[in-house]
Amino acid sequence: MELKITATSGTLESSDIQIILEPSDGGIEIELESTVKAQFGEQIEKVIKNTLRSMDVRDAKVTANDKGAIDPVIVSRVQTAVYRSAQNTNYKWV
Amino acid sequence: MKLRRSMLFLPANNPALIRDVHIYKPDSVMFDLEDAIALKEKDAARILIHNMLKVLKEIYIELGIETVVRINGLATKFWEQDVEAVVSAGVDMVRLPMTEEAEDVFMLVNKIEEVEKKCGRELGSTKVMVAIETALGVMNSFEIAKTSRKTDRLIAMALSGEDFVTSMKTSRSTSGDELFVARGMVAMAARSCGLEVLDTVYADVNNDEGFLKEANLIKTMGFGGKSLVHPRQVELIHEVFAPTEKEITHAKKVVVATREALAKNLGVFTVDGRMVDGPIIDRAKRVLQLAVAAKLISEEEAK
Amino acid sequence: MSRVDKDLLKTIKGYENREAYNQPYTHLGKNEIKSDSPNLKDHVKRTKIVDSIEEAIKKTGLKDGMTISFGHHFRNGDKTLMQVVAVISKMGIKNIRIASSSLTSGHDGLVEYIKNGTVNRLETSGIRSKLAKAVSEGIMKENPVVIRSHGGRARAIASGDLKIDVAFLGVPSSDCMGNANGVNGKAPCGALGYAMVDAQYADQVVILTDCLADYPNYPQSINQTQVDYVVVVDEVGDPKGIMTGATRAVSNPKELLMAKNVVEVMKASGYFVDGFSMQTGSGGAALAVNKFIKDELIKQDIKLGFALGGLTSPMCAMLEEGYVAKILDTQSFDQVAGESLKKNEHHIEISAEYYASIGTSSAVNKLDFVILSALEIDTDFNVNVISGSDGIIRAASGGHSDTAAMAKVAIIVAPLTRGRIATIIDKVTTIVTPGKTIDVVVTDYGTIVNPKRPDLIERLTKAGVKMLTMEKAREIATKLVGTPKPIKFDDQIVAIVEYRDGTVIDVIRKTKTK
Repeated sequence: MELKITATSGTLESSDIQIILEPSDGGIEIELESTVKAQFGEQIEKVIKNTLRSMDVRDAKVTANDKGAIDPVIVSRVQTAVYRSAQNTNYKWV
Repeated sequence: MKLRRSMLFLPANNPALIRDVHIYKPDSVMFDLEDAIALKEKDAARILIHNMLKVLKEIYIELGIETVVRINGLATKFWEQDVEAVVSAGVDMVRLPMTEEAEDVFMLVNKIEEVEKKCGRELGSTKVMVAIETALGVMNSFEIAKTSRKTDRLIAMALSGEDFVTSMKTSRSTSGDELFVARGMVAMAARSCGLEVLDTVYADVNNDEGFLKEANLIKTMGFGGKSLVHPRQVELIHEVFAPTEKEITHAKKVVVATREALAKNLGVFTVDGRMVDGPIIDRAKRVLQLAVAAKLISEEEAK
Repeated sequence: MSRVDKDLLKTIKGYENREAYNQPYTHLGKNEIKSDSPNLKDHVKRTKIVDSIEEAIKKTGLKDGMTISFGHHFRNGDKTLMQVVAVISKMGIKNIRIASSSLTSGHDGLVEYIKNGTVNRLETSGIRSKLAKAVSEGIMKENPVVIRSHGGRARAIASGDLKIDVAFLGVPSSDCMGNANGVNGKAPCGALGYAMVDAQYADQVVILTDCLADYPNYPQSINQTQVDYVVVVDEVGDPKGIMTGATRAVSNPKELLMAKNVVEVMKASGYFVDGFSMQTGSGGAALAVNKFIKDELIKQDIKLGFALGGLTSPMCAMLEEGYVAKILDTQSFDQVAGESLKKNEHHIEISAEYYASIGTSSAVNKLDFVILSALEIDTDFNVNVISGSDGIIRAASGGHSDTAAMAKVAIIVAPLTRGRIATIIDKVTTIVTPGKTIDVVVTDYGTIVNPKRPDLIERLTKAGVKMLTMEKAREIATKLVGTPKPIKFDDQIVAIVEYRDGTVIDVIRKTKTK
């Protein structure tokens, strides 16, 4: 999917993650803040990257502020941000 | 049969609440995509509940918590995406709001079937419950309930009071008089077709006394449980549905006597000097099931 | 002049080496005698008050490398320790060992004094906040912090393992002779159980107070026979700080649920009978247990024999209402508890040694139940209450291992996960309490009983308590939050964790900074 606009998803509540997604042309760039960065920082970045890849997003600037979200929450917030940024409502449920 | 004494409402867009459902131990949890979600967040909530269900389903099953998602009404542009999101994620039951016609059930069922086929889920494994929320819905509740003869998916009916009283140009009162006829009709429609039936929410979350009064009333009227807006109400409703010691003792006697009678091929028998027949046996079994759920007796004792 | 002299004494069996009488006030040091007064009675010292902390320090003869001690009864609100250390630093004394019963966020300022060389060793039950982070990052260099349980500290002091040169004890109320308590004054903190041990065993004792009482002050948690100097200061502590730290009011539904399940376990255990005893540790769910105990006592028409603690207001209310016969209190966790200690004769103040030291003499030996919290529990039931899952020190050993070891049923209550951090893991970051002393773990997903207690498993099964195995709990936790990246440590040991008997049960290493 091609990102068109800057999109936000998620909240700063406990167990959630806020994603700000911006179109870019320099590959995937992630800026992560997390309450559990020491233990899960790499895992969170991996989930963000995999989710973007699975949606065929090659270039994006991601600003993530994590408050202890588990993987399915991270996946969800990234997916939401991608659909919103791409202005696409052709959701895929698998 | 699965008990549905408590159906706890939780907004489908709150990760912390979704993760902590197990704490409250409701019989069913209903994740809400409808009223609890702002129009601009419908997409986020739908995506979140889809992904959460996929991961957490297994844990809910182990804990014996049934998962229900309330989708947006058939008059909205959201409902089909809602069904796709939750059926593909393995939800146990879809709750349809604002049901007014028998046709509504078929519309939903057809969509569910389409999604089940598409995602390879076992056909018929997604159940449906309908919420009756208007005067028209109440008047048609029997016709709606009767659709269960054509689709095994429909297993429960709920009354939703807030929209109903609005459609009646009245409002909620402490006595509940304004709901009396609707409750009677919905309960009768549901029970006449073998459906489970749940009462509306009690919104005054700090009024335990009022809640208990209403819970006792609807239990007497034949409802099997209630929709709940606060976790604290789970325990209260379970207490209301817990049988008394006297009821349990009697039910145990009936079950034992039934087993003995069967073994001896007796057609007619008595317990405590009263004749026992089919309805009494069914009632005894339900009492024991409720007693087990309320942890008053062990599963062994209920056999 | 004297009727007796050395020669005479030499002729009496057993008195060969004794001194003969010379004059009445030889025991007074030279600088205390006003030699110009003709009235000999003016030579008598009738007060221990000295003008300043500095003067007190000078009089004690505190030198480089010595050990000073403090109590932590003001918790986060403590103002005593930092005041004293500031003066020591100003006086240029170096390499001091601080043996405080615990260190809280009120002691973050120590980082500066460690850096400037005033303080070079710490022995404590806990460290928190910025100081803990600095320690984890290696600020103590070749002198790792010594972590002891409350009972372990009392044992170390009583046995001489930990020799205190000067104890500086900040108290809410003292008279000029050092009769002190924590229930009067302008900043009452309640029980002085930790300070009582220091007062008893330290070589010299300096009392600091912000409220000088008329002589004789009563009650006397610390009495004048143990005290050398008294200093009046502006402020010893803020009683509002007592309540923060490890204790708080409970309204979290998860904690309430777990507390309820704890009571179910207690009821089913066979020890929930008239006259039983219990202690609840800090932490929301453990504290919430008190809420549900009372209902159960009423239902069964029984009473608690005694409650031990670490005390909070709900238990004190139960004492007032007659549901518990006695309270044994080393430390009051809130102001209501302090008030109760003052007013209710059945609320009894005890020292940390009485509370939890090893041997047959301490109150923990009489415990039926203890309900404790945990940061981490591993599949061998070992418990960590000191370091976070990021490897950084953040809390305290407290009475955890003491009570767990001795209570007939030691119950840990902790949620399976906190945010994204699993509580039940394969190997705890630091062992404070050995798994062999833990009997039951209550989580929000169900109750786990240590397989070494088949008696409890049988009783709980009979009572219909939902149980799961440690392995199953571990599996659910992993499913929920995933597997964290292992924390990397350097070789440097930053803290030593002593078990209550003085053996070393674990060490904490420096966290790796990228």
